[in-house]
Amino acid sequence: MRRYTMPAIVLHWLIAIAIIGTFTLGLVMTDIQGISMAKIRYTNWHKWAGVTVLALAALRLLWRLFNHPPQYADAMPAWQRGAAYGLHILLYVLMFAVPLSGYFFSLAAGYPVVYFSEIPLPVLIGPDPELRDVLRGVHYWLNMLLAGLVALHVLAAFKHLLVDRDGVMQRMLPIPTPKEKR
Amino acid sequence: MKPLKALLVATLVGASALAVAVPLKTDPAKSSVSAVFKQMNVPVEAPFRSFTANIDYDAAKPAASKATVEINTASFDIGDPMYNKEVAKKDWFNSAQFPKASFVSTGIAPAGAGKLNVSGKLTMKGKTANVTFPLAVKAEGGKQVFEGQLPIKRLAFNIGEGEWKDTSMVADEVVIKFRVTAAP
Repeated sequence: MRRYTMPAIVLHWLIAIAIIGTFTLGLVMTDIQGISMAKIRYTNWHKWAGVTVLALAALRLLWRLFNHPPQYADAMPAWQRGAAYGLHILLYVLMFAVPLSGYFFSLAAGYPVVYFSEIPLPVLIGPDPELRDVLRGVHYWLNMLLAGLVALHVLAAFKHLLVDRDGVMQRMLPIPTPKEKR
Repeated sequence: MKPLKALLVATLVGASALAVAVPLKTDPAKSSVSAVFKQMNVPVEAPFRSFTANIDYDAAKPAASKATVEINTASFDIGDPMYNKEVAKKDWFNSAQFPKASFVSTGIAPAGAGKLNVSGKLTMKGKTANVTFPLAVKAEGGKQVFEGQLPIKRLAFNIGEGEWKDTSMVADEVVIKFRVTAAP
């Protein structure tokens, strides 16, 4: 079975790590009450990480527009192909929607994003308390949706690995399994 | 005709002189005081929601002008009620003990068209410092608009105690921005 190209594999795993890290930081920082050094630090790290996810997602979308992913296993039923296709579209949409909702939430709250404390990113909207309250909810629920879909994605991958044993998950693993090498 | 014209001019001049003798009335809806601080190099402009400004200004005699501004420190709005409560606490404004920050001018000098140099005493959190800053004055729809910026160092006023003395997180430099609209 063909594997994904190396750029696609590298981007997939970088984004996976970045999303899990950013999500975790988001939970930790919002759990801190009041204002503390740690809260400010984590909040800024969270924003930088989110912007990084956005940039990597853009690269990944470019790759996807110019490359076809490798074939699924022949035995995979049509409904599973359809479900996988739909889930991947949603994951792509959320890779953009989640960081963008957070970015605009930050701007609406009156806090621009300065990437790594060095590069001021565009201030596209000014402070707006009403929009801020809306975006807080939007950012939160998009994240919960993303968490649910990532869980589904991981479960499906392991089903292919352990139940179907059809090589679908191996297409995206960084290192070919010994069996594949022959 | 000539004496009448002279009388008219005299009346107008007299009337305007009378008008400026009265302190200007501030229009709160068109006035604002805010502070720009930097948190991990992120500039954040946050308004003080409650303040009073009293300005005596005579365009003909700018040197005779006087200005007083009082700010309710607990009204600093950094975008979230929970944060605002923190900022009013002891480490920052300590609004319970020092509810007001104030500025009282000691000298106002003309500095070119529409510009004044203002010196005065700025008091925050029980500390007073002499400050000087440029002020722009312009007439807008029959009102006077006073606009200016005053850079300060927060630590000079003990704003940010304990761990917050570390300026790598919140910079020492803070710019107070204001715009006061007032009418006779």
